[in-house]
Amino acid sequence: MSTKLLFENIDEPGLHTLDVYRRRGGYAMAEQALAMARDSLVTALKDSGLRGRGGAGFPMGLKASFIPQGKMDKYLVCNADESEPGTFKDRELMQKNPHSLIEGMIIAAYAVGANKAFIFIRGEYVQQAEILEAAIAEAKQAGLLGPNVLGRGVDLDMWVHRGAGAYICGEETGLLDALEGRRGNPRLKPPFPANQGLYQGPTLINNVETLTAIPYILRIGAEAYAGLGVEKSSGTKLISVSGNVKRPGNYEIELGMTGRDIIYGLAGGIEDDREVLLWFPGGSSSPVLTKDDLDTVYAYDELAAAGTMLGSGAIIVVDDRHSVVDVAVKTASFYKHESCGKCTPCREGTSWTTKLLQRIQIGEATPMDLDVISSVCDQIMGNCLCVLGDAMAMPVASMVTKFRPQFEQHLERARSENEARLLAELQTTEPVLLGAGALASQH
Amino acid sequence: MSIRRDPPGPADRDLARRTALAEAAGATLDFLDDPASYELQVTRFDHGSRVPGFREATDPTKDPAQVPDPAQVDVPADLRAEIEDYMSRYPDHKSAAIPALAAAQRLHGWCSPVAVEQVACVMRLTPGYLTAVATFYDMLETTPVGRKTVYVCTNISCSLRGADAVLARLREELGHDPDVNLRGFECLGACDIAPMASIDGVYVGPIDDEDIAVLAGQIREGADPLPAKQLVRRRVADSAANTDEVSRQSADAGTLDPVDLSGGQA
Repeated sequence: MSTKLLFENIDEPGLHTLDVYRRRGGYAMAEQALAMARDSLVTALKDSGLRGRGGAGFPMGLKASFIPQGKMDKYLVCNADESEPGTFKDRELMQKNPHSLIEGMIIAAYAVGANKAFIFIRGEYVQQAEILEAAIAEAKQAGLLGPNVLGRGVDLDMWVHRGAGAYICGEETGLLDALEGRRGNPRLKPPFPANQGLYQGPTLINNVETLTAIPYILRIGAEAYAGLGVEKSSGTKLISVSGNVKRPGNYEIELGMTGRDIIYGLAGGIEDDREVLLWFPGGSSSPVLTKDDLDTVYAYDELAAAGTMLGSGAIIVVDDRHSVVDVAVKTASFYKHESCGKCTPCREGTSWTTKLLQRIQIGEATPMDLDVISSVCDQIMGNCLCVLGDAMAMPVASMVTKFRPQFEQHLERARSENEARLLAELQTTEPVLLGAGALASQH
Repeated sequence: MSIRRDPPGPADRDLARRTALAEAAGATLDFLDDPASYELQVTRFDHGSRVPGFREATDPTKDPAQVPDPAQVDVPADLRAEIEDYMSRYPDHKSAAIPALAAAQRLHGWCSPVAVEQVACVMRLTPGYLTAVATFYDMLETTPVGRKTVYVCTNISCSLRGADAVLARLREELGHDPDVNLRGFECLGACDIAPMASIDGVYVGPIDDEDIAVLAGQIREGADPLPAKQLVRRRVADSAANTDEVSRQSADAGTLDPVDLSGGQA
């Protein structure tokens, strides 16, 4: 059985209240951290090997160490705009254990010297935002937030900022623009948010799961945390399994299990005991894997070696009742809808890929269009300010490459069906125009 | 108010065709012509809508709208207080744009020109700036819609489990109800309860065939939607996360098992 940290007894009644959280030893780590030197906290975070849990997997301690020292206004932003299709781990954490996130944010804010913190939560999470707001109010009441946190002379102001429904606001610079009250268009990097982020000040942005993990790392010690999982993918990770599995939901695992262990072990296997057609290992933005890849080790570097990525840890399983064409159309049209329109390759590329895929779906394309899709995807990748375009191009290109025979079969079948239908229509329709010859022949 | 119109284009023909189809299917669109069915009466443009169409010619001789004059705009006191509270939270008051527009939408039902003007007046921004923000985000409505919000997730995980059929069935039930804003939505972050819907922010799922009529009735009456299938009541799927003792306490507190949706142990 793998170690549980973040999910340990998460359904304890009343855990979202300060009383119960305190009874479980909550905020003790915040007190301990505030007594430590900032450098040693950042070093502890580096030693733990914690990698950003939002999708990019960037080492958290390293990111914190990029925040410049000095007496300028610095900000901490929690990215709770969990919009990656298939991902729903942060929702569970915020709803059931909001104080753990607040404690992690107190520690992170202290480590980088930020005195203003925002939780950017997606607007759809209405109930979760209310729970968080109540938890923050409780913490403020108890002197854990606000001026002079825990009597240590540190100020920390924290607010929940609700978004209004845009996938792009999960991208860190898009999120900053949305938080500044603008359209959520990503910015050119560099400068990175660590130097010039929110209101042009140094800003540390981390995912909910990353920040929630901090108190647990301090509790068990950075070395013990680094000892969990496998090398370079240390610690526990929350994974969200969804799609055609028997037990969809969130699971906490130590990285290093295989895909088969997760899908057939934790999630109980495929509904109606079907076969896996394909699976997304890290949200809908990750290149797909097939049933031959089920034994791939589920960890950052191992998945990268298999040509895909761990991303946000969202596994979507598609069984063999479904057509890969439909999955590709769904994926592409999502990114088409969510593209902010700032960069041309993404705006036009997602739109044209969707159109081409829809033509394949209804049988109005040729196999050559598959090559056009691959070429369009190639031209999107790496050519935009953010990775939204890449996030469409990678899974779609991988589907077209790995399932080319299925695409061609579908195309042939749909085309012949169309032809048969048109032919049948022609035969049942009365002749509309009778030519002079036809009239002549009747006499 | 009269404005010059472009000649009818493909979009107009499309609208005419869809209206004819909807009428042939027995839909009543009378509520569009009945101003009494709206709480607020706003001046209408020639084409019947309360918002200028994006194809409408603008008057190039007119100056763009400025920051509204506080003496000219009547802002409800509650709304003003709420927006000012949001503005006080940020180092730059512009940050409050999204929460302020959302607050105005709660009051007016949508980000109507009046709502945008009120927000602009309090925040000292131009209506154009706020309209640009409102048109970017999916949850800010820039056309009149029903007050009850129903989002049905139609993204990958949900559609693998029949979300498109759920949306179609709900459309049949609620599509003609002017009070309901029913939309297919991108991933709502609840793939564990697929297929699911969000009713005014309350997540319910998995929605079966037999649930749909019940759910539609509850939405119409404004009742608590499918209380036995609400996301907030579910325990975590990871069976090793809770000790048996905690699971039992949690079940006693009324939470549901994620596998069989019952209150008891799996």
